[in-house]
Parts: sequence; structure tokens; C-alpha cells
Amino acid sequence: MKRKLRSTTGKLWTLAAIAVILIIWQLASATGLVEGYLLPSPVSVVKALIKEFPVLMEHTAVTLKEAFLGLLFGVSLGFVTAVLMDRFSRVYQAFYPLVVLTQTIPTVAIAPLLVLWFGYEMTPKVILVVLTTFFPITVGLLNGFRSADPDAINLLRSMGASRRQIFWHIKFPGALGAFFSGLRISASYAVVGAVISEWLGGFSGLGVYMTRVKKAYAFDKMFAVIFLISIISLLLMWGVDLLQKKCMPWDDRKETK
Amino acid sequence: MAELKVRGVSKSFEGKKIIENISIELHQGEIVSLLGISGGGKTTLFNVIAGLSSPDQGAVYLDGEEITGKPGKISYMLQKDLLLPYRTIEDNVALPLLIKGEKKREARKKVGAYFEEFGLDGTEKKYPHQLSGGMRQRAALLRTYLFSDGVALLDEPFSALDTLTKNSMHAWYLNIMEQIRLSTLFITHDIDEAILLSDRIYLMGGKPGKITDEIIIRERKPREKDFNLTGEFLDYKREILEKLKM
Repeated sequence: MKRKLRSTTGKLWTLAAIAVILIIWQLASATGLVEGYLLPSPVSVVKALIKEFPVLMEHTAVTLKEAFLGLLFGVSLGFVTAVLMDRFSRVYQAFYPLVVLTQTIPTVAIAPLLVLWFGYEMTPKVILVVLTTFFPITVGLLNGFRSADPDAINLLRSMGASRRQIFWHIKFPGALGAFFSGLRISASYAVVGAVISEWLGGFSGLGVYMTRVKKAYAFDKMFAVIFLISIISLLLMWGVDLLQKKCMPWDDRKETK
Repeated sequence: MAELKVRGVSKSFEGKKIIENISIELHQGEIVSLLGISGGGKTTLFNVIAGLSSPDQGAVYLDGEEITGKPGKISYMLQKDLLLPYRTIEDNVALPLLIKGEKKREARKKVGAYFEEFGLDGTEKKYPHQLSGGMRQRAALLRTYLFSDGVALLDEPFSALDTLTKNSMHAWYLNIMEQIRLSTLFITHDIDEAILLSDRIYLMGGKPGKITDEIIIRERKPREKDFNLTGEFLDYKREILEKLKM
């Protein structure tokens, strides 16, 4: 109860800080300290957001579809990679450095290539999202698998458990916490990845919308879409938290103690 | 029938001999302790008996059948309860049955029958972290019992508990053993615990570890509540301390 109260007051402070920043920003625009066409005021951003809402929602649907598809494939790929690396040390030795290497490739650099190879449709966007999302999942799961208690594994072995049973009874549930931490990161990467890939070519999506309003110097709409992307990412992360609570009902230690 | 025979077991690690020529026996319904200092090779022997590692020499027999290096025959329990944090107590206890391929619902029904006997009623749907250390060890012992073919190894199962909890666990343990008659090899470095719980005690010592002596505790069971305050108890203790000095 006390903890809950504390976290609510913590949130109050966060909200207060945001409010202060917005007020200063609004004042700076209203008093002409910053030119309105360079930095639109929060009020005009919100107005733009409301006015453009139907159009933005159409683009959001496309971006979300890419993000979700990419995330789905990314998570599947990450899961398979982590399982194989955990099971076969040769696979780990061979591919782990490669997996790390894929993370050093800048997304912005590879996106145009993907467009050239796969066209302006959805494919290159989904591939880019897969590339950015599978890594946190792989690493999270792999660490989770590897941190399984060897005594617990021995106990199951002594019960005559097969490798598969050890995996499903010990390793997999033990790695769920790490998996969800990875998924939180991946979920926000997925949206950003989809938007970046849309910048470089496409017909619809928030990234495409962004490049259009940028060319029109419509900074209020620009900021509106930035706000929207942040909100979507936050909602996704929140969704992952909900899912985690649902999937890990035993993990209520913080509340019971 | 559940009889364990260990014959001439030796085991080395990285060229160093840890245990040498160990032969012990455990008869039906007996509690036998293996008493020795920590790091004396007790756990190595334990892993060999459980079939988790193979000995360099020697063999392990259960009811006359050789089970050397074969896990799945003898159950064990450690100081750590090793209850899975993400499973309720009933599912934790049912784990050995699930491993054997039983359906979840049947396994739960089967284990549910033991909860009262083990003093665990009401904990079925709880998670391990909601239970005290003593209760968790009870659940761990029930799980051990359920996957045993009549023989269990207990490796310092109560050593992580505080003294008061430990005392009540000893009383509980002796009581439950009267009912389930599980043949138990009990590993400990606590002399009092060994005398209190055992029918026989093997003393283990030296480097590499060997069985140096065997002591039979003639006090009949169930034992008096204050057996550990009697002169006989102290005589046993004196004898063991004498022999451990070598």
C-alpha cells in the first residue's frame, strides 16, 4: 500500500516536470522568443494532431502492421537462435559474433539497400524491423537459459528427465523474465525501425507522412507525428508489461512482501 | 523392498582422488547417516549414488540391480529446496510425476493426498516464496518421496534452517519417516543431527575420503522427545568425536 502511494507520488513528479517543460515551451512560442514556424507551440502541435488525426490513424495502421509483423518474425527468429545456441555450443561459437555484428550495422545505412533489393512495398520494412528486434530477444533468452540453476537441472536429470523436459520445466520458464525485458526493448525498436524504413521509400506509414510534412515545412504536423510515435511506443511497452504480468503470475514478490 | 548397496566406489576429479573404495549399505526403512567434515567427498559420493556421475571404480545396486551411472532411480534432496519459483507448491511436488509422463490433473490429484500427512495442507496453490524455509523443505521432501522407488538421498537438508526451525523439522521428520518408511541415506556434518535421526552412522574422513567407522544407534524408534539430552546420547557423541579425531 505504502509502495503504491510512493509510486503514485513518483508519477506526480514526472507529470509535474513534463507540465513545466510544456509551459516554458508554450511561453517561449507565445512571447515570440522562438519563431513559431521553427518551433511550433505545444498548443498548435495538439491542434495539428487533432486535425490530422484521421489521416494519421491510416498511416499508423500501416506502420503498426509492419512493426507487428517484424516483431513476430523477429521474436520467432530470436527464440530459435537462442534455443539452438543454448543447445549446441558450436552454433553459439559460430554465430554469436555474427549476431553481435548485425547490431553494429546502422539501420539508416541498410534501409536504402533493402528498398533497392525488395522494392517499396512492405517486405523491406518488415525485414528491417526483424533485424532490429531479434537481437534483444536472442540475447535476453540466451542469458536466461544460461543462468538456469545447475542444481535444478541435475535434480530433473536425477528424475530421469529428457533434455526437452529440462528445457520446458526449467530453462524456458526461468528465462521468461529476461525474455520480457528483451521484448520491451524490441517493441519500441519495432516502431522506430518501421518508421525509419518508411523514410526511405514507400506509399504510406508514419515515416512516409513524416517526410511529406517535412518537405512542406509543416513543423506542427512534424511534431504531432513525433508525439504520436512516442505514445505508440509507450503503449506497446505497457502492453508488454501487461502480458508479462499475465504470463508470470508467480512474479508478485514485490507486492506480497 | 528397497535396499541400496554401494560397492568399492572410487572417484577422481582432475587427477585428484576424492573418494576411495567406499562401500555402504542401506536396508529397507533405515535411516543411515554419512557423517564427515564438509569438503570430504560426501557430495561426490552422493552424485555417484544418484547416477549423476559415474564412478571410476565400483558399482551401485538398488534391490540387487546395478544402477551405476543411471539417474532416475534414486531420489535426492539438497540444502537448497530447489522448488521452482514459477510453480505452485502442488505443481512443484507433482514434478516427478509430470516427468514420468502423467497428466497434470491426475498428478495433482495424486500428490494432493499427501499434503495433510506432510503438514502442508493449505499450501497447494501457493508459490514457494510465500512459504517459510521449513515449509519449503517439507514440500521438497514430499517431492523427493514421490519420485523415489523407496530410496532417497538427503544432502544436509536442514542445515540452512535456523536452530528452532531445525529442531521442529527433526521432530516432524522422524514422525513422517515412521509413516512413509523411506530408506534414507542422510548426509550431514552435524553430529547431533546424525545421532538423533539415524539407525546407523557411517563416519567418513581422510583425503581421499573413506569410510572410517560405523556406529549403530540402538535407541529404539520412535525416540523420546528429549533423547538428545540423555546420557546415552552424549555417550554416542563422545564416541563419534573420539573416532573422528583418528
